[in-house]
Amino acid sequence: MSRIKNLRIKNVSLTMTIVLFLVMFIFGSARYDHFFSLSTFLNLFNDNAYLMIAGIGITFVLITGGIDISISSTIAFTGVFMAFCLEKGMPSYVVIPIALLIGVIVGAVQGSLIHYYKLQPFIVTLAGQFLMRGLCVVISEASIPITDPFFKFMALGRISIKLGDSKALNGKIYYYVLIFAAVLVTGLYVLKKTAFGRAIYAIGGSEQSAELMGLNVARTKIGAYIISSFCAALAGVVFSFYTLAGYGLQNMGMELDAISSAVIGGTLLTGGVGSVFGTAVGAMIQGIIQTIVTYENLNTWWTKVTIAGLLCFFIVVQRIITVRADAMKGKAAAAA
Amino acid sequence: MKKRLSKLSGSQAFWPVMIFLAIILFNTIMTRGEFLTISIVDGHFYGRIIDIFRNGGKLMILAAGMTMVLATGGTDISVGSVMAISGAIACSIINGNLLPGLGGNVAMAIILAILAGVTCGLWNGFLVSQIKIQPIVATMILLVAGRGIAQLITNGKIITINSDAYYFINGGYILGLPFPLYIVLFLVGLLLLFVQKTAFGLFLESIGCNPLASKFAGIKVNKFLLAIYTISGAFASVAGLIESAGIKGADCNNAGLNIELDAILAVAIGGTNLMGGRFSIFSSVIGALIVQSITTTVLALGVPAAYIRVLKAVLIIVICLAQSSKFKVSLGKIFVGKRGRKEAVAL
Amino acid sequence: MSHVKLLTMEGISKSFGKAVVALDDVRFELEKGEIHALLGENGAGKSTLIKVLTGVEERDEGEVELEGEKIHPRSTNEAQQIGISTVYQEVNLCPNLSVAENIYIGRAPRQKFGGIDWARMNKDAEELLGRFDLKLDVTKSLDNYSVAIQQMVAIARASDIKARVLILDEPTSSLSNVEVDKLFSIMKRLRQEGMGIIFVTHFLDQVYEVTDRITVLRNGRYIGTYKTSELTRMELVSKMIGKDYASLNKSLQESREEKKETKAGNVFINMKKVSHQGSINDMDLTISRGEVLGLSGLLGSGRSETARVLFGIDQVTGGELEINGEKVHLKHPLDAIKKDLAFCPENRKTEGIIGDLSIRDNIALALQAKKGLFKKISKKEAQKIADEYIKKLEIKTPSADQLIKNLSGGNQQKVILARWLATNPQLLMLDEPTRGIDIGTKAEIQKIVIDLAAQGMAVLFISSELDEELRCCKRIVVLKDMERAGEVAGDEISEGAVMQIMAGGEAS
Repeated sequence: MSRIKNLRIKNVSLTMTIVLFLVMFIFGSARYDHFFSLSTFLNLFNDNAYLMIAGIGITFVLITGGIDISISSTIAFTGVFMAFCLEKGMPSYVVIPIALLIGVIVGAVQGSLIHYYKLQPFIVTLAGQFLMRGLCVVISEASIPITDPFFKFMALGRISIKLGDSKALNGKIYYYVLIFAAVLVTGLYVLKKTAFGRAIYAIGGSEQSAELMGLNVARTKIGAYIISSFCAALAGVVFSFYTLAGYGLQNMGMELDAISSAVIGGTLLTGGVGSVFGTAVGAMIQGIIQTIVTYENLNTWWTKVTIAGLLCFFIVVQRIITVRADAMKGKAAAAA
Repeated sequence: MKKRLSKLSGSQAFWPVMIFLAIILFNTIMTRGEFLTISIVDGHFYGRIIDIFRNGGKLMILAAGMTMVLATGGTDISVGSVMAISGAIACSIINGNLLPGLGGNVAMAIILAILAGVTCGLWNGFLVSQIKIQPIVATMILLVAGRGIAQLITNGKIITINSDAYYFINGGYILGLPFPLYIVLFLVGLLLLFVQKTAFGLFLESIGCNPLASKFAGIKVNKFLLAIYTISGAFASVAGLIESAGIKGADCNNAGLNIELDAILAVAIGGTNLMGGRFSIFSSVIGALIVQSITTTVLALGVPAAYIRVLKAVLIIVICLAQSSKFKVSLGKIFVGKRGRKEAVAL
Repeated sequence: MSHVKLLTMEGISKSFGKAVVALDDVRFELEKGEIHALLGENGAGKSTLIKVLTGVEERDEGEVELEGEKIHPRSTNEAQQIGISTVYQEVNLCPNLSVAENIYIGRAPRQKFGGIDWARMNKDAEELLGRFDLKLDVTKSLDNYSVAIQQMVAIARASDIKARVLILDEPTSSLSNVEVDKLFSIMKRLRQEGMGIIFVTHFLDQVYEVTDRITVLRNGRYIGTYKTSELTRMELVSKMIGKDYASLNKSLQESREEKKETKAGNVFINMKKVSHQGSINDMDLTISRGEVLGLSGLLGSGRSETARVLFGIDQVTGGELEINGEKVHLKHPLDAIKKDLAFCPENRKTEGIIGDLSIRDNIALALQAKKGLFKKISKKEAQKIADEYIKKLEIKTPSADQLIKNLSGGNQQKVILARWLATNPQLLMLDEPTRGIDIGTKAEIQKIVIDLAAQGMAVLFISSELDEELRCCKRIVVLKDMERAGEVAGDEISEGAVMQIMAGGEAS
């Protein structure tokens, strides 16, 4: 029989992505002094941990065939909310759990509206996006600095890594990167090893079949939206560590970055295929583009344009592979 | 008379018009009539009502374009970015940064800005109809990249220009009425005429309801989608010109920011089903006026601007729920009890 | 084989709304270790009976017993739990998941700490498929394999859920002969293991090849249960259609007189060895003005597919198509419409009606498409056309403003017919125009078709009901396996002759 699409797309995309990453890294190293170093590599994690976390969350929704464009607002909202509460003197060990809980609630509401009332995901999450952006400004129009000691500890605490005496072999990662690592490992485990994770794939493959096979579609779909919003809230926490401030206009349009990470990492926007590992690599590609743009002293908007272009490219490639695979399958069926 | 009345109230535009009138009435009472006063200065009309029409101009244009996109069951969230691009191109040409050969010709600037909008629309339409990307993702690409492109055109700066001819687009008056109103009348009028005089409306509704059956009935669905996204892009570029003429320059970060939700909200208030199908451009234009007057009202009441966005987000979900048949069924379960449930299921 | 009762259904009734009685006092009995064919024409009630059994539909009346125990499943899941598994015509698995996972999802083996044990799952899957003589790489995603293999994986899944009753609903319609043989060997093996299998199919060959007994339904009623070896094909067919062999001939005589005397005019459509990859092969077909040409064949034989190619929905990939003596390439239905072709598709709901539009708009749509965007049909004109056809075709509706989705199936079909007649076509293609339509309307539509041909229109009539084709057509082309298998015309036309070609074997 013919060898067909999904696995191929996943592999082709992921291989392409890893190769692309290496090419870019080599390109940067050849072009700029000091680029080739462990710290450049580790900074990709330091600077993009929040994006990776949010990307992993949205991957769950994308695999089910849905979409969530509310995540950047969730990130901004949790940031502003926490900064506001901390400013009012609430302790961080209360504020952070509440922020995460807000994420869960947002996801549960959005997911329920989408599943039970059959509203379109994009309308619901677009409204969610505006709701939370609005609430940000309701809380505070200005950026609120965070001075809480725990946040400061997380913002500044880091682990030095020394692979050798050369300066290029030294680097550091911040503690909050470990949160990303934990999310990645959990995400891998949930998608690969749990019934819930597999049901996510099944729904993306065919919701009707999933229903007929006796899987709990409602719980799984709403669960995916909860995970997406929860990860966004967690990304908001990490972003607050990173910036030590909460600002309502932060991260506008970051949905596209997260979706791009997933697509570049091999997730199919039509659902059914994707991996959180791929998403992490996809986010690193974006990080390296950002780094190169910085080294080139270019307008930072080049990053956005390049990423959008890359996203387009990957989507088109996916389409071509899918169409080809279908055609080949047709031929094979006719021959049989 | 009675029949005529019932025909009137059955029309899609009936409720939007009523709501709009109610908002005006509410404002009039709140301001003890001041709301309705129109003063004449230098032969120009001024007043709150005139402001609503003038400031709502962009939104009315966008809503008209968005109506068609939503009627096909798609969406276009890139309109704000297209506005930014169009403003950036026009202003950069006028101040000579872009294509200095044109010598800052305002007419050429406007034409090229609109052409850019058409190109953006074609791109969206191409992705949706040929590559078959979901409309939300296809237009999100331009939503994000478009603002970047605009930034690149202006080199990341806020451009201010000095051109009375260009200012006229937003600030000019003809026969005492603001110029944007004429643009709206022209574009929306043209569109309504097109819908009236051709079979466009029938085809659009047909595609929105059932694209496959439409194809089987001989409608070239893909070409239509391409055309509709193109019109949406062109309209957005015109809205962008009005906005940039209003601020007398180009601010790529804020031009048309978040306006896509306003446009979708306007269409939803106008009663067009966001899942595709039945639509009314006129109703959406009234919907745009409602959105604009809500903004005006809320501001007049002294509520901070930030709440408006929250309000709009809630409003759109409520309207969507009202349109959802599943929601009606469960409402029936709650309120009507067991007997109602049977009927609701029969629905 | 010992005769142990496995499943009995008694007095099953089910109606939809007040008017449509889908099942009326139907009984069915299945023994252990038996393959039992459930046969009947479209609308006979087979699928409703299956749906009642698997909990998709609630029965109005009747009792179901599984091994002496009364059961009343309310969902497919519940039915599965008590041992009734179903494999549908369309593979209901997830193409993106691996073969093993498709078999075990929802009940995968676990590791010590609760995670899914992939190694064991893959091993179990291999073992299970091995029992069916299938050697697959179970870690590959399902869409790497042909529909046939997918179908067998579905059966493996179904039979492994401790199934006592396995329902196969048209599982072979997309399989090749070799694949069907393989499926049969699996079915026979399961029979040996004591499972009861209900086999729903359109293919009579297969019934005789693999089943032990046959139950026939007709118009929602139970006709009888027979030993396959004791029932001849002709007897079976006449039980399905509801007429014995002698009366078949008699009714044919009558229907022939019904057919108006028409001279077949010149050739309008000429297909020369036309192919479309995966749906039709080397099709030769001519349709003349003034004739009703019947296209007969089993599901998947290429009858609908021929119409799709003629209408420009699927493109010609080989051979030549001539319309009115002119060689054409149709790339879109609009191209066909401009050549005066019209097509009422089989799936009225998804391909025919525009549910949220009025009857008037639905009727005007194709004519408008033919005229183009700028030559708008005014509301007044559209109203006139709509009123005309509402009257002519006796469409039952208060007014042309009514949304088409509110009409009954038969009236919807008439609206679609009106849509095409309004374009004044030279060729009208009808794919199952009377499916799911009450008897009265059915006869009306058949009469309209005959009248149209009498007025000089070419008509292509596709129906799975032979009866109907015999009544309407003077020439019937029979398709088999995506190819033309034969033709009967004039006085040769009889149920038997068509059946013989269709069955491709003896007709005794």
